[in-house]
Amino acid sequence: MPAIRVENLSKRYRIGTAQTRFRYHDTLRDRLVEWVKAPLRGLRGPGEEYVWALREVSFDVPEGQVLGIIGRNGAGKSTLLKILSRVTEPTEGTVTVRGRVGSLLEVGTGFHPELTGRENIFLNGAILGMKRAEIERKFDEIVAFAEVEKFIDTPVKRYSSGMYLRLAFAVAAHLEPEILVVDEVLAVGDAEFQKKCLGKMSDVAQQGRTVLFVSHNMSAILRLTQEAIVLEKGRLVKRAPTAEAVDYYLSSGHSELGERRWEAEEIPAAAAPFVPLALRVRNGRGQVVDTVRSVEGATVEFEYRLEAPVQGLRVGIYLMTIRGEFVFTSFDTDDPGLFERYGTRPAGHYLSRAILPPDLLNEGRYVIGVNASSFGVRRYFMDENALSFNVDISGAPGTQWPEVRLGPIRPRLEWRIERLE
Amino acid sequence: MSSEPITVYIRPSRGLSALNLRDLWIYRELIYFLVWRDLKVRYKQTLLGASWAILQPLITMLVFDFIFGRVGKVPTEGLPYPLFSFAGLLPWGLFSTALNQGSRSLVSNQNMITKIYFPRLVLPLAAILAGLVDFAIAFLILIGLMIYYGVTPAAAFWTLPFFILLALITALGVALWLSALNVRYRDVNHALPFLTQLWLFLTPIAYSSSLISERWRLIYALNPMAGVVNGFRWALFGVGEGPGIGLWMAVFVALGLLISGLFYFRAMERTFADLI
Repeated sequence: MPAIRVENLSKRYRIGTAQTRFRYHDTLRDRLVEWVKAPLRGLRGPGEEYVWALREVSFDVPEGQVLGIIGRNGAGKSTLLKILSRVTEPTEGTVTVRGRVGSLLEVGTGFHPELTGRENIFLNGAILGMKRAEIERKFDEIVAFAEVEKFIDTPVKRYSSGMYLRLAFAVAAHLEPEILVVDEVLAVGDAEFQKKCLGKMSDVAQQGRTVLFVSHNMSAILRLTQEAIVLEKGRLVKRAPTAEAVDYYLSSGHSELGERRWEAEEIPAAAAPFVPLALRVRNGRGQVVDTVRSVEGATVEFEYRLEAPVQGLRVGIYLMTIRGEFVFTSFDTDDPGLFERYGTRPAGHYLSRAILPPDLLNEGRYVIGVNASSFGVRRYFMDENALSFNVDISGAPGTQWPEVRLGPIRPRLEWRIERLE
Repeated sequence: MSSEPITVYIRPSRGLSALNLRDLWIYRELIYFLVWRDLKVRYKQTLLGASWAILQPLITMLVFDFIFGRVGKVPTEGLPYPLFSFAGLLPWGLFSTALNQGSRSLVSNQNMITKIYFPRLVLPLAAILAGLVDFAIAFLILIGLMIYYGVTPAAAFWTLPFFILLALITALGVALWLSALNVRYRDVNHALPFLTQLWLFLTPIAYSSSLISERWRLIYALNPMAGVVNGFRWALFGVGEGPGIGLWMAVFVALGLLISGLFYFRAMERTFADLI
């Protein structure tokens, strides 16, 4: 019998509650208004008020497998994990889980800033379902893993964010459940700590426990899992060996090559007043293309709408290799002049365009992520895998030799050769 | 690790859900830790710390003494007014703290609810139990007052825990309703202070329930807190209304609130994580 069996799982949300980041509350007044309007509401179909976050998803996970789950924002990954960890109930379908499910959905849940590290270990352990004796037994190990021995009796509000995170992860990582559910914890923390977390995860996998791993970091997915499933708009569209699934994921979903459009239901309500519309890659002649020539340069343009003026907005792109390594991050108001001029961006329809100079990228496939935020205030929208494109290097420096050059960039450096007598 | 792992079936629940009190028992340590957290945190970064637990009823008592005892000259069944009102303020403080903390417990722990599974009943339960410590501290003042006025406890002193339990059951019953409603309708946050204030006036704290005319007595007794406060005075000083039909009504109403609250809470529980 498999460790996890998911059968015809569906989850329906009322519109407005689909994204956990956005909190929607009725007030009694709203309900009263609704009752008054009730006769009119019958005219609209019920489908308008609900959205399916998961639709008829079925799969098995054998005991001891590490399964990757990939998909865009809003594809249903978080909903799936929430159902598996029993935070929320499915609307239809069943899940059979053999063993205790531990989740690293959000490490540090229930941590209280006023309490000391020691106190928080016990509190957090209890919240995660550990017995007191179990926490006591693992206490030293947790403290050592988190490297906070010296500060164990200091309130965690005095911790650096790195220490805080290490402690939180350490508690969750020592839960020793039969099934571990991990969601994006590796997106935070410094490189050293990320390495440690990945190490801990592969330990867990080697002990024969079942792991479900969700991440936007394709290199982590490729390293840690042998098999992965791809979710798209709430449906399971692919289950394959990880390399194949990652490839499928990165090249699918873009309705037209070289362009990514956002449908209304893909945009979290929390993004308001920012509305992403489209992201495009154009070649030197202005055509929307999937493959650009490195000698020509390219343009990346992000089209969006602001429904209200936004102060301090910066819209930017991340560029990553297909393995998830960052190449660069750039924002449209990086230039001090533009930064001054766009202190507050009025409502309206915008296009932020970045010109990639010729001879920048090496051959291969790249992923563009987008981000719209006001620094230190709020992040409106982020999609780390918005669009991918190819770089063709014909004519680039060094192509007279048919060899693979390492590294994501391929600059045309000015070489001088001098003969010294 | 245990030899044979437990199997959990996750499926949509339909109709009336079972109370599943066994789950609550498994998570009893979590209740303990949450109570402990509330206590640790409550008075951190306050100047007066735990003395707030004493100051609040003490100052209210002094104000009541001036207005009702000296100016209004309310009958007190022969007791010194400060003692009379404090014996009412004490269970009232327990009740109102429990009611308020309990009703807000789900909303104030929403990050836990949206991230982790545990029986949600743990939250209001822990919030209510945390109020007992403040109560114990304030109880010391009562003992001080009794010594000061030279009042010896009545023979029924040992029945006091029963009235404490009645106050807690009432608070839990109402808090179960309100905390579950609060998840969906934040109106509860605004209504709570108002509700608490009204309820205070309907409870014989500043005055004696003997002032209520015979005709209204039974309706008045529908308020379980009237039974609690009268019971406190009866158990401590042997005055006023002892156990009788009024007390039975209080018990009946309190249990009704608790049982209906439990079922409502369980029915709403499945949507907490989606709506909060």
